[in-house]
Amino acid sequence: MPGVLAFVEVRDGAPRKASLEALSIAAQVAFSLGGTAAAVAAGPDTARACGDLGRFGARRAFASGGAAFEKESPDAFVAAVLKAVGAVDPEAVFFAATSKGKDLAPRLAASLGVPLASDCTEVKVEGGRLRARRPVYAGKAYVLVESRARPFVATLRPNVFPLRESPGLCPVEPLEVAAPPGGFRAVVREVLAASEGKLDVGEAPVVVSGGRGMKGPEHWHLIEELAAAFGTAATGASRAVVDAGWRPHAEQVGQTGKTVAPMLYVACGISGAIQHLAGMRTAKVIVAINKDPDAPIFKVADYGIVGDVFEVVPALAKAVREARAQSR
Amino acid sequence: MNVAVCVKRVPATDTRIRIAPDGRSLDLQGVEFVLNPYDEFAVEEGLRLREKAGSGEVVVLTLGPTEAQKELRTCLAMGADRAVLLKDDALAARDGFAIASILAGALKGVSFDLLLFGKQAVDSDGAQVGGMTATLLGLPCIGEVVKVEVLEGKRLRAEREVEGGREVVEATLPCALTAQKGLNEPRYASLKGIMAAKKKPIEEPPLTQVEPRLVVLEMTLPPPRPPGRIVGKGAAAVPELIRLLREEAKVL
Ligand SMILES: Cc1cc2nc3c(=O)[nH]c(=O)nc-3n(C[C@H](O)[C@H](O)[C@H](O)COP(=O)(O)OP(=O)(O)OC[C@H]3O[C@@H](n4cnc5c(N)ncnc54)[C@H](O)[C@@H]3O)c2cc1C
Ligand SMILES: Nc1ncnc2c1ncn2[C@@H]1O[C@H](COP(=O)(O)O)[C@@H](O)[C@H]1O
Repeated sequence: MPGVLAFVEVRDGAPRKASLEALSIAAQVAFSLGGTAAAVAAGPDTARACGDLGRFGARRAFASGGAAFEKESPDAFVAAVLKAVGAVDPEAVFFAATSKGKDLAPRLAASLGVPLASDCTEVKVEGGRLRARRPVYAGKAYVLVESRARPFVATLRPNVFPLRESPGLCPVEPLEVAAPPGGFRAVVREVLAASEGKLDVGEAPVVVSGGRGMKGPEHWHLIEELAAAFGTAATGASRAVVDAGWRPHAEQVGQTGKTVAPMLYVACGISGAIQHLAGMRTAKVIVAINKDPDAPIFKVADYGIVGDVFEVVPALAKAVREARAQSR
Repeated sequence: MNVAVCVKRVPATDTRIRIAPDGRSLDLQGVEFVLNPYDEFAVEEGLRLREKAGSGEVVVLTLGPTEAQKELRTCLAMGADRAVLLKDDALAARDGFAIASILAGALKGVSFDLLLFGKQAVDSDGAQVGGMTATLLGLPCIGEVVKVEVLEGKRLRAEREVEGGREVVEATLPCALTAQKGLNEPRYASLKGIMAAKKKPIEEPPLTQVEPRLVVLEMTLPPPRPPGRIVGKGAAAVPELIRLLREEAKVL
């Protein structure tokens, strides 16, 4: 029976949302092909995370673990997915386009000798063939691609595919992966966490970004206060600000930074250069604050305020806090 | 320290995208091409590691049209020793796996300790050729690195950016890396470098054809965002903005 395999990334003992999105669409695609979805979770501790996979459409799950994962190596993850591919013989393999998914998918595809469609925003079955739509030129265009290889390997952009529940039984099978003699050649030694509890700009539902109009890093508390006012929000930055050393590169939004698709993107003192727009134009709602009424950011902003960030940003933070306090 | 760097010729990032009459590709008319920005970081890192080691060679390779000699010359002017042009006029139709397969084939004839890539080519945005080429060659690969250090013996330590932090990864040489922004500040070619580059060799070996199996059926422009609206001026506009965010956009 034709199957679709989804790679499930486990963080703090639970599957990541982006992986459940990938599993949801895997189940849908499998259904169109007349088959079912399977999931493979890899990492040191995956059994508990597999409990929920049946709810999102998996009818078979592989929980890998064991000695190969004692020291974290990307090669161990690839080995686990390869083994699951061997067991399922799927028509397609989906990864969420997270740091890990983007790292693993090219190696898996190359190991299988097939191409990879990365960062897809749409996947469908047409005339029995798997097709996907994906952004090129930093989202300034999209291509519809068709796979002439089996399996079709794809990474899927997070926050695009809806979570869909289709509950059913999902037996979990252990998947043993052994390290090669002499060990894996690339091993993760440590993970240096960014500041405690800070949301990543690529994942947050609300992103508040500052540009050169903020005048200096000493004013970033205004950006942070506005982000805090929204609750679960991350802070972002333009490249001008990152290049000036005001903010770390991890916060850069745009063509050579992160592509974000939050519910709400607030641009403060950002002109809206084409390379910046490339990273945020798919946000659901865009708000811009800029003192120049002709700034290009206003062309894409759903709502703009022409004004001084030092006046508008604090006023907005206060109003958002009040509005949220009221609705609670 | 011998370093090989794979580089790609791509449209400049401020290119206005128009779709060609075939409906499946970029209209190249008037498009200006540059060295892929992430590949600049890769070339720079290769040069630095070679300089630090005190000896060795930096070779740059590209799969691309004859015109890609210009981007190779840019790398040579920065300080690379020699270049390889894998001449290919059908590059735009190739998928990442086909590109990786051709590069891997060509790299079998090159001896290197480190193989560098950009993390992503800003045309196809595939973010895959590095990891695929390394896998085809049986090499370990560390992706999206922002810091590299060669340790004593045949080991290397790199930091890569991941969500919520950085991973410190160690690997044995030979090893592949893909360069993320933040790795370094690429140098500008000096006049002397530009002159010297003219005399450096660009080889053009024959290449093995690999057919694409991820086929582009159509290229489209994204739906335009509905035209924006200026809510008002200054802090006085904030209450109206809050109302719109709440009642119209429903995000508050
Ligand atoms: C290869 C390449 C890749 C690039 N990648 C990226 C990328 O990933 N991300 C990115 O962001 N850029 C990128 N850029 C850079 C981009 O072209 C712009 O230079 C950059 O986005 C500008 O940042 P900015 O908007 O903060 O600064 P500016 O363009 O200087 O804009 C500052 C804005 O602030 C406004 N302002 C000033 N003072 C105030 C005030 N008191 N109150 C309100 N508004 C005020 C001004 O009106 C102006 O619009 C890239 C460029 C290249 C060539
Ligand atoms: N045609 C090519 N020739 C040489 N190197 C390439 C080519 N295409 C991609 N690369 C390398 O692979 C990286 C990632 O490309 P991509 O997977 O297409 O985003 C680039 O930054 C280059 O280092």
